Amino acid sequence: MSVALKVENLAKTFAISGGLFRGQKAGVRAVRPMSFGVETGETLGIVGESGCGKSTLARMLVGLLEPTEGTIEIEGKALDNADPKAFGRLIQYMFQDPVSSLNPRKTIKQIMEAPLKRLHGMNRAERDKRIAEIFDSVNLRSEFLERYPHEFSGGQAQRIGVARALAAAPRIIILDEPVSALDVSVQAQVLNLLRRLKDEFNLTYLFISHDLAVVEAVSDRIVVLYFGAVVEIGKAEEVFSNPKHPYTKLLADSAPVVGRPLKAPEQKDSELPDPLNPPPGCAFATRCPRATDICRESDPALERVGGDQFAACFHPLED
Amino acid sequence: MKFLKLLFRNRLAALGAVVLGLILLIVLITPLLPLQDPDVTNTSNRFLTPFSEGHLLGTDHLGRDLLSRLLYGTRVSLAVGIFAALIAGTIGSAIGIVAGYFGGRTDNVIMRGVDMLMAFPYILLALAIVAALGPGLFNALIAVAAVNIPFFARNIRGVTVSLAGREFIDAARLSGMGHTRIILTELLPNVLSTIVIAMSTTVGWMILETAGLSFLGLGSQPPQADLGSMLGEARAQLITDPHTSIIPGIMIFLIVMSINLLGDGVRDALDPRLRSGALTRPRAQTMVEREGPVPADDGKGLLNLQALSTQFHVGGRVYKAVNDVSLHVKPGECLGVIGESGSGKSVTALSVMGLVPSPPGVVTSGAVRYEGDDLLDMPFEKLRQRRGDKVAYIFQDPLSTLHPLYRVGDQLKEAISVHHKVPDKELEQRAIDLLRSVRIPNAADRIRNYPHEMSGGMRQRVGIAMALANDPDVIIADEPTTALDVTVQAQILSLLDDLRREHGLAIIFITHDFGVVAQLCDRVAVMYGGKIVEEGTTTDILDHPAHPYTKRLMACVPELGAGKRELAAIPGLPPIVSDLPPGCAFAPRCDKATEACRQGEIALEGGRHAVRCIHPEEEVA
Repeated sequence: MSVALKVENLAKTFAISGGLFRGQKAGVRAVRPMSFGVETGETLGIVGESGCGKSTLARMLVGLLEPTEGTIEIEGKALDNADPKAFGRLIQYMFQDPVSSLNPRKTIKQIMEAPLKRLHGMNRAERDKRIAEIFDSVNLRSEFLERYPHEFSGGQAQRIGVARALAAAPRIIILDEPVSALDVSVQAQVLNLLRRLKDEFNLTYLFISHDLAVVEAVSDRIVVLYFGAVVEIGKAEEVFSNPKHPYTKLLADSAPVVGRPLKAPEQKDSELPDPLNPPPGCAFATRCPRATDICRESDPALERVGGDQFAACFHPLED
Repeated sequence: MKFLKLLFRNRLAALGAVVLGLILLIVLITPLLPLQDPDVTNTSNRFLTPFSEGHLLGTDHLGRDLLSRLLYGTRVSLAVGIFAALIAGTIGSAIGIVAGYFGGRTDNVIMRGVDMLMAFPYILLALAIVAALGPGLFNALIAVAAVNIPFFARNIRGVTVSLAGREFIDAARLSGMGHTRIILTELLPNVLSTIVIAMSTTVGWMILETAGLSFLGLGSQPPQADLGSMLGEARAQLITDPHTSIIPGIMIFLIVMSINLLGDGVRDALDPRLRSGALTRPRAQTMVEREGPVPADDGKGLLNLQALSTQFHVGGRVYKAVNDVSLHVKPGECLGVIGESGSGKSVTALSVMGLVPSPPGVVTSGAVRYEGDDLLDMPFEKLRQRRGDKVAYIFQDPLSTLHPLYRVGDQLKEAISVHHKVPDKELEQRAIDLLRSVRIPNAADRIRNYPHEMSGGMRQRVGIAMALANDPDVIIADEPTTALDVTVQAQILSLLDDLRREHGLAIIFITHDFGVVAQLCDRVAVMYGGKIVEEGTTTDILDHPAHPYTKRLMACVPELGAGKRELAAIPGLPPIVSDLPPGCAFAPRCDKATEACRQGEIALEGGRHAVRCIHPEEEVA
């Protein structure tokens, strides 16, 4: 297995300017230095709650944001400048909101042609052929090409989004909450389509979502983020059934499951730490039932906790 | 076509269009009209009054024909105004788009420059420009255009900033487009309507400003006429021969008035909010136009919806959002209403207290009984007293239901004092107790928070506290946890569960999530295409779903703990409620459907567990 994407110490700090005359003051560390790899053909799930940095991470990976530090390697080649064009041919991004990611004033054909023209310099005949092939793969009818985005339902618009990402013929696609705006009955259509396309085009996916069950159903491995840092990585079937980090356990216990009695899971506080003034030590310590003094003093490193599972915790849960 | 229809519905705009059209037509054909030369002087015929022989509008101080000068002058004034607007619009919009798109430092530098331009008084700046360039019509045009650039730049920048953050711009960058191409092909088509609106509303001002400069002798130079210079030359004879100044004055008035009326009309007609009817104020209570007889009270439950139908009448189309829905809830009971978007679950909830916006919403049949009284039949004042007092709502997005400018404590106090006279001191204590009852830590400090200072979960707790403020008997919760993180959702759900057990609250819980229903609700109603397709106890529905839709929808929901797998899907899309098929709305997507399913109404049959299906998955009792 070859490595499709390798991220090394990738971090992003957003500068907060202190006003006109004071220059830059503090920064918000949206993503703290993190490293992980994704193998070719793998689906890596990324879960975390709002404010955990998952969207910032995704935008760095496609070159829409320049990382503050760290490197991104795609198939062994480093991509260190944030040039969307260089990224575009290798890695594409599928947006959460299917309708707002399509320009309301352009026909679907114009939208589909842009990556073929700009990234691959195809002529008209080649473009028409390629668009027809892609539309066929994503089960869209060719008469849709002359229509405008507002004429489509959420599920159709999301399939157009998939088609556009495929048009760039990337190696990796980042799926940022691809089904959270869709109804349950349509969500499964899109997820199954994505699975089929992955085999057909030999793609690698990064699947970002807040819905644990969806992530578990589509991923090979899962990364759990909390407050801009990786707290746990492991095999999809292991992470939620056998969590090692207390935060992962809290997530798994919070998901509504048929047949489980309703009870708020154990935690002390539900607030995230202040991002402008983060406390020392583990960011989860204030909510963690297992926290001790060491958790409030130093930051735990990501360490192997058995098998292929890694957790950043001083007191990982035992089996 | 639709645009013109909307435009001419506004009578004043139509009047403006007619007047402006006439003026434009006349000045266009002016060279063809049998007029005297506007610049030929004839001092022996000075100051002839209007309707003199050979001079319909009289003559000016040099004996020149006023009608001819007026028409040629209007030509010049209009041309200068329109060109100035085009120049200012083009340059200003370009500056605005660039500033808004690039943002950051570029934006800062450009906009501070624009601010500096704006700091000068309007006419002073124009005077300075003309003084530097020298008098003349062309220089006046440049001056007028220049002073109007900031207006366009600021306007267009504002629109661009909100567009530049949209996802389709990011998508264009990932498609390999450069900045220039994004600005020209992605941004410009989306701001064009704003530019056109801004231009149509400013042409009038530009004409006035050019006239002002000409009046001061800095615009058109003699003998050429424009409206401003005509006024300026006639100024000395204002008392003795008023017609020489009144005639160009009326023309300026007509032009500016008609352009402004038309411009306002264009703006209103193009405004998408107006087009969707958002600016038409809905009534305080949903319109009720029941066609059939009102169903008799069958005494079920505390809140009892009987055969309720709610429709939206938009244009010529009728959207049947809720069809013949009957539901009831008893004290201490939690009823789940589950369905996908467009299934009518939220409209059902809003219909209860007459909160469906009308127009376009109309309740067309049924009754909503609270303790036996029909809420649909109630005068507004009596209904208002019950809103929030007896039946309270919790909505999906607490950020949009809480007022951003008031402290949450004050909003809670208001919710109480609307219904009950309580002394101030006690009110404060009640607000603190309410926040405490929804488990908000440091309640006494938190009442002084503004909504934006709280996290999403805390805000939703305030939303629940607000619903609890008057000890209601029924709470209708419309997807209250959909916008929340899963760890917070678990807390809110267990809070709602505790509250109904402690206070004997009846809850109608609207959701799309089977996991939530399973954990919280006693009974469940499944909605599809505006109708209830299945109803029963939670265990009946979850363990023995009888309607094919319920069964297949449940199969679509991924469950935690099952590992990587293929998910079941339902092919096709939910129906559009303006075009429901006859018979079962699910038939087009159902693999059990037969001819009989596509004909005629299918009844909701069964007792405790009822289903609306000819070929149920399981026999119901």
